[in-house]
Amino acid sequence: MAQNDYSNMIAADVDAPLRLEDISIYYKTAKGRVQAVRGVNLALKAGESLALIGESGSGKTTLGLGIVRLLVKTAVIQGSITYRRDQKEVEVLDLAPEALRQFRWQQCAMVFQSALNAFNPVLRVWEQIWDTAKAHGWRDKEAVRKQALDLLNFVQLDADRVINAYPHELSGGMRQRVLIAMSLLLNPQVLILDEPTTALDILTQRTIITLLRRLKEEKNFTMIFISHDLAIAAELADRIATMYGGRLVEVGPTDQLFYSPRHPYTLGLIRAVPTVTGGFEELSSIPGSPPDFINMPSGCKFHPRCAFATEKCSQEEPDLEPVSNGHYAACWHWREVKVEVDRWNEVRAAAAN
Amino acid sequence: MAPLIELKNVTRRFGKGDQRITAVDNISLSIEKGDIVCLVGESGCGKSTTGSMVAGLLPTSEGQILYKGQDIAQMDRAQYREYRHGVQIVHQDPYASLNPTQTVEQMLTTPLQKHGNYGSRTAVRRRAIELLEIVGLTPAEEVMAKHPHQLSGGQRQRVSVARALTLNPAFIVADEAVSMVDVSLRVSILTMLSRLRTELDVTFLFITHDLALAKYFAWQEGRVVVMYLGRIVEEGPTPRVIQNPGHAYTQALLSAVPEADPNIARKKKPLELRSADIPSLLRLPSGCTFHPRCPYFVPGVCETAVPSLIPIAGGGAAACPVLNKEGVVA
Repeated sequence: MAQNDYSNMIAADVDAPLRLEDISIYYKTAKGRVQAVRGVNLALKAGESLALIGESGSGKTTLGLGIVRLLVKTAVIQGSITYRRDQKEVEVLDLAPEALRQFRWQQCAMVFQSALNAFNPVLRVWEQIWDTAKAHGWRDKEAVRKQALDLLNFVQLDADRVINAYPHELSGGMRQRVLIAMSLLLNPQVLILDEPTTALDILTQRTIITLLRRLKEEKNFTMIFISHDLAIAAELADRIATMYGGRLVEVGPTDQLFYSPRHPYTLGLIRAVPTVTGGFEELSSIPGSPPDFINMPSGCKFHPRCAFATEKCSQEEPDLEPVSNGHYAACWHWREVKVEVDRWNEVRAAAAN
Repeated sequence: MAPLIELKNVTRRFGKGDQRITAVDNISLSIEKGDIVCLVGESGCGKSTTGSMVAGLLPTSEGQILYKGQDIAQMDRAQYREYRHGVQIVHQDPYASLNPTQTVEQMLTTPLQKHGNYGSRTAVRRRAIELLEIVGLTPAEEVMAKHPHQLSGGQRQRVSVARALTLNPAFIVADEAVSMVDVSLRVSILTMLSRLRTELDVTFLFITHDLALAKYFAWQEGRVVVMYLGRIVEEGPTPRVIQNPGHAYTQALLSAVPEADPNIARKKKPLELRSADIPSLLRLPSGCTFHPRCPYFVPGVCETAVPSLIPIAGGGAAACPVLNKEGVVA
């Protein structure tokens, strides 16, 4: 099949700070190739927050690691990642080791899941910060310290105390905030946050969400949130990309994905998650289990779990196609999904009255 | 009739000397047959310690736990055996709670053979298959031969539940039973647990940090019990607690929960706390332990005495003398 409208549009978006074209990532294993990401096209707008949503095994973390090229040695990445800042463009997949190292913190910083493991347990926070700065050519210790204190203050920590603390002396939420502060140290343009609130307590999650919102509003960072949690998307994202079985299956503005989803998987996720505010709502889960990468279904990878599936779905895999302005879905039956969503919205509106 | 499970002034401490902490501090709770009780709170609040004590996995430091009216610490062998059969626990992590070297069949038939009265091996096997069908793992024959690594997280958690059911329990402690299960599958596990309640007459203590899940699971006929730093700060019928919380901590939690709905998320106004940091269990604040963070703090009231649970209109009680005057939430 020829290049479709969606991938052409991404390729034409030359001003995007980060542009992924036809990204595929596979792992070499004893059982053969495991295709974790397939044909992902995505262009980030300057200053936007994009949530990459999917369940375990959807390929979202692999994709995030692929962008900063931190994949394990057994992984192979294909396609093109174009990074752009101040009119200069680089192809991330062609960067030599030294240039890549510079790219990682100075242009594109990643905040990893599980904040404890991201630190060296025997170094104080300041030593970890200074190591990072040194590795990127900073020599002025006082300037780095001042910058670090400013950033720790920005993330609402008691900077003078925290900078001299060991990681184990900090709570999970404090460590997460230190990591976010460190990721900002070298003034990157793009921040990738992998599950930034998972495993944190509710009140701590709220602190992190408020902090990320300030980063977005006051510092205008371009951010990618990788999460299984729809709440973080609803709270922070301008746009959502849903991944399933290694592919993007739906991309669009946050409100449209939540209130007018066009892919049955996105619809299923939204119906599976309860909210605290409001009355009781009937929920339903998606039947079956997430796909097994060794034994991928044919055609659309979601078809064994999908209520809309037909013969065609088990044979041909759909590409992303426009369903409304700026909103794309990869489903042969998105028009039927629309009918179902409209009916559902009416029921909900009637229930609310 | 006596409640199925009753906790009377239960305290649990860990550690020695200046490292001693009180994980559960003088809590009382009564659970009748058929109840759904959700124990909610953040990490370190004592909810899992409470669950372990109820399931008999941890002794209490002070106070009593009663099963069908009898103190579990005073039971004779036969009674204790009946209690341990009657109360089962489903753990949070289905990747750690199942023996990786055993097949599902071995996991289910071992307790059936040892404790059940099934007579023949065929009858034991038949029962194991029945249990897998009850928890929605079909085709059961195929699942029986599998090892845990061949199952997804959701399927593993169903095996854990089937294993808990082998001894026909009257009571199940579900400790964060769906937290590690994929979002798209959580609801189906909760629905399955609800079915066990109606069809097999199992009573649940559902422990979770996720208020939205607690709300969903216990909305009809259920109760929510909120713990903070080892104490029960509020309890009551689920709709009342969720819609009209009577303790500042419950209010803070509810107003802070990230919501999977952009319109609700935009409208949310988190309660501003005086401090973001949770106090250490080693140095608990005096009086109401929430007072250093509480926006409603009244000097001379909150830090002087540990508040007791005051009944609230609409059901339940809250341990907040400021918000909850004369049983009506201000």
